[in-house]
Amino acid sequence: MKSFRRSLAAVAALSLLVTACGSSDSSSDTTVATDDTTVTVYSGRSEELVKELFDQFTAETGISVDARYGDSGEMAALLLTEGSASPADVFFSQDAGALGAVEGNLASLPDSTLSAVEAKYAATSGKWVGVTGRVRVVVYNPTLAPTPPNTIDGLLDSKWSGKIGFAPTNASWQSFVTALRVLRGEDGAEKWLTAFAKNKPVAYEKNGAVRDAVNAGEVALGLVNHYYLLEKIAAEGADKVVAKNQFMASADVGGLVNVAGVGILANAKHKTAAQKFVDFLQSEKAAEYFRTKTYEYILATGAAQPDGLPDFATLNSPSIDLSDLKSLDVTQELLQKVGLLTK
Amino acid sequence: MQRTRHSAPVLGLAFVAAFVSLVPLWYLVTQSLSQGLHTFSEELFQQRTLTLLWRSSILAGSVTVASVVIGIFTAWVTTMSGLRGRTFLTIAFSLPLAIPSYLAAFAWVSWLPSITGFAGAFIVLTAACYPYVMLPVSAAMARLNPVHEDVARTMGRNSAQIFREVVLPQLRRPIASGALLVALYALSDFGAVAAMRHEVFTWVIYGAYRAGFNPTRAATLSLVLVVAAFALTFAESLVRGKDAGQARNSAARTRRKNRSLRSRLTIITLSISILAPAIGVPVVMIVGWLNRTSTRGIDWTSVWTTTAQSFVNGSATAIVTLLLSLPVAWCAVRLRGRFAAFPERLTYITHALPGIVVAISVVYVGIRVVRPWYQELPLLIFGQVIIFLPVMVASIRAALEKTPVSLEEVAQSLGTNSWRTLLRVTLPIALPGIMAGSALTMLAAVKELPVTLLLRPTGMNTLSTRIWDFSTISDYAAVAPYALSMLIVAALPTALLGTLSAMKDGES
Repeated sequence: MKSFRRSLAAVAALSLLVTACGSSDSSSDTTVATDDTTVTVYSGRSEELVKELFDQFTAETGISVDARYGDSGEMAALLLTEGSASPADVFFSQDAGALGAVEGNLASLPDSTLSAVEAKYAATSGKWVGVTGRVRVVVYNPTLAPTPPNTIDGLLDSKWSGKIGFAPTNASWQSFVTALRVLRGEDGAEKWLTAFAKNKPVAYEKNGAVRDAVNAGEVALGLVNHYYLLEKIAAEGADKVVAKNQFMASADVGGLVNVAGVGILANAKHKTAAQKFVDFLQSEKAAEYFRTKTYEYILATGAAQPDGLPDFATLNSPSIDLSDLKSLDVTQELLQKVGLLTK
Repeated sequence: MQRTRHSAPVLGLAFVAAFVSLVPLWYLVTQSLSQGLHTFSEELFQQRTLTLLWRSSILAGSVTVASVVIGIFTAWVTTMSGLRGRTFLTIAFSLPLAIPSYLAAFAWVSWLPSITGFAGAFIVLTAACYPYVMLPVSAAMARLNPVHEDVARTMGRNSAQIFREVVLPQLRRPIASGALLVALYALSDFGAVAAMRHEVFTWVIYGAYRAGFNPTRAATLSLVLVVAAFALTFAESLVRGKDAGQARNSAARTRRKNRSLRSRLTIITLSISILAPAIGVPVVMIVGWLNRTSTRGIDWTSVWTTTAQSFVNGSATAIVTLLLSLPVAWCAVRLRGRFAAFPERLTYITHALPGIVVAISVVYVGIRVVRPWYQELPLLIFGQVIIFLPVMVASIRAALEKTPVSLEEVAQSLGTNSWRTLLRVTLPIALPGIMAGSALTMLAAVKELPVTLLLRPTGMNTLSTRIWDFSTISDYAAVAPYALSMLIVAALPTALLGTLSAMKDGES
């Protein structure tokens, strides 16, 4: 009997302890958050990259940003698991696939937001809109490759055997392969990948390493995003960098534009603030930020583009519903099957 | 027989604690069946699932065997080899516990990019896991009664035969206990195998979350790991056998006669060949990263606040885990009855799940059941407690097994009731083991990453999240101060662990 009372006391003490931990943090829940003073952002873009931009937003509008950072895919999984009780107002994703995956939880954006970009850079459902674009290019060493290919089929030529660098675990490369599957079908994609693997491409951990290898002459060609070269030129000076960007031919799948985009959650608690956040991302101020910090293309029609890049309009990236890029896991299985992903 | 009591309330408490660790199961079953039985079986019975399960088994199996061999060897070096400096050696061999497996993997890949694949994954995981075998085995070796070995020697057996025929059989239980933890850890790890680009089963689970955005598929596949954990736990209970009280060592182990120089040198060389890959490579690489140029200077304020946060989180996790583990371990050791060992078995069931699965489960349950606590510290601690409960239970169980029932019975015959006996007789003797378990849990909590990333209050950063942030953008110079800070913070409980383990049995 005595031991029963003691056990009860122990359980009570334990629950008190746990409640004490919780109550110290619950004060934030008692303040009434009006629609306009704060916005909760789930960001698939790193803190390193976008914190400054969020601070600029707060400075301009007075709305504070409660930002949660993580991998875009994990953020999407988090949003799907949280469901309608999610505390998020805005999902700012590094790529369109993650946005496509959570479309069911997003609210339709107003026409003014959607029409600010070309139709192919927003969801066909109107649930998310692209903010900036990353173009896939072939970075090349002019000494080793005076005439680099401008189509992906050109990469299959045997003269490039062992001379192409790529980053197998990189999300942008995998998005490209997903686009390849969408545009050419599963068999067509597998055919291209098998031929590519036969050409013995050299694997690097990251895109930056590929770019550096091309610049150093270790490989002749590299499959990266357009801004890696610009970053290197900005860091070291144009005279020190020999590599150049080769943009792909019109509508070639190799010239895929990966889109970083944003959507508003359907159950957002701060809808007005969220809309202001989206408007800010499409504003000239944010455009200037991305131009100078990341050298990405600005998707808002008519916006100025970073220096030293071909006119965005002339690029004619392949037409593909970017929401289809959400079948990334099938891509990874295919890459593993062909031997291009893992050891 | 050590089991002496019936106590329904304590058993009840133990089951409550065990059910805490089963929370992920609720989520997994709900989520995997959410799209119907047909989708469930489709996801499950795919060629790739089986292939990757096989690869995971090979990796987990080889890591377990290597960890057991190295664990026994290092335990022998510290307790039975006669080498001086037992405390120092124990701390040195325990230091790999201070290094997170993803960090060690990054370090190896920076140094030797060609080590990726099975070799790299094997090295990193073995280095991270062997202390889980070494610690219980060295504790058990220290209290072995040397009488048996002396008798065998008088009968003409040489040292190797004595070790094989006399010593090892007595170590069956700590070896099995350590091996189980290693196997489950190796199955659940993702950080090291991802950095080493060695595709195993956890890849599909992570892939289902990050690339497929398909939590149902991830949940279905996670159930496979639950079944694997169930099977391994059952196997361990078979090896462990019916519980047999360990005879208390009444004779202090005298130091062996001096070893020859050649023998000493061999032992030292072997020890260094273990320590160099396990600690040497990561530490040297991390210090080297400090020297790389970085565009940002070191933000010492940030390093300090994240260190403090990691320390707080780790300590809170250790305390709550300890409170929950005590009834579970006590029931496993002291309680009579068919169900007494169940709570302990139950805590292992979810131990093979990768961190992200536990995190998502706690998100799912937390946001529906305790919404005010969602994305607050209590839920983060709760998620970590789920992961570390088995580790703490194993440590406390080993510590409780050490305390002879006879002492408790004497106390009771002199008139003290059960609770006072517990407080004044059992716990003081078991205290070193309990503190060691707490140190181990705190260590593991400081290193932990996936649960922290997903469940932390928005804006909270710990050492592990900061290391991850900078690693993903390859800014290793920025990683370095946080990595070193983590090594220092983690080295403190490791040193405590080592000292406690090296304490001779019988010292009060």
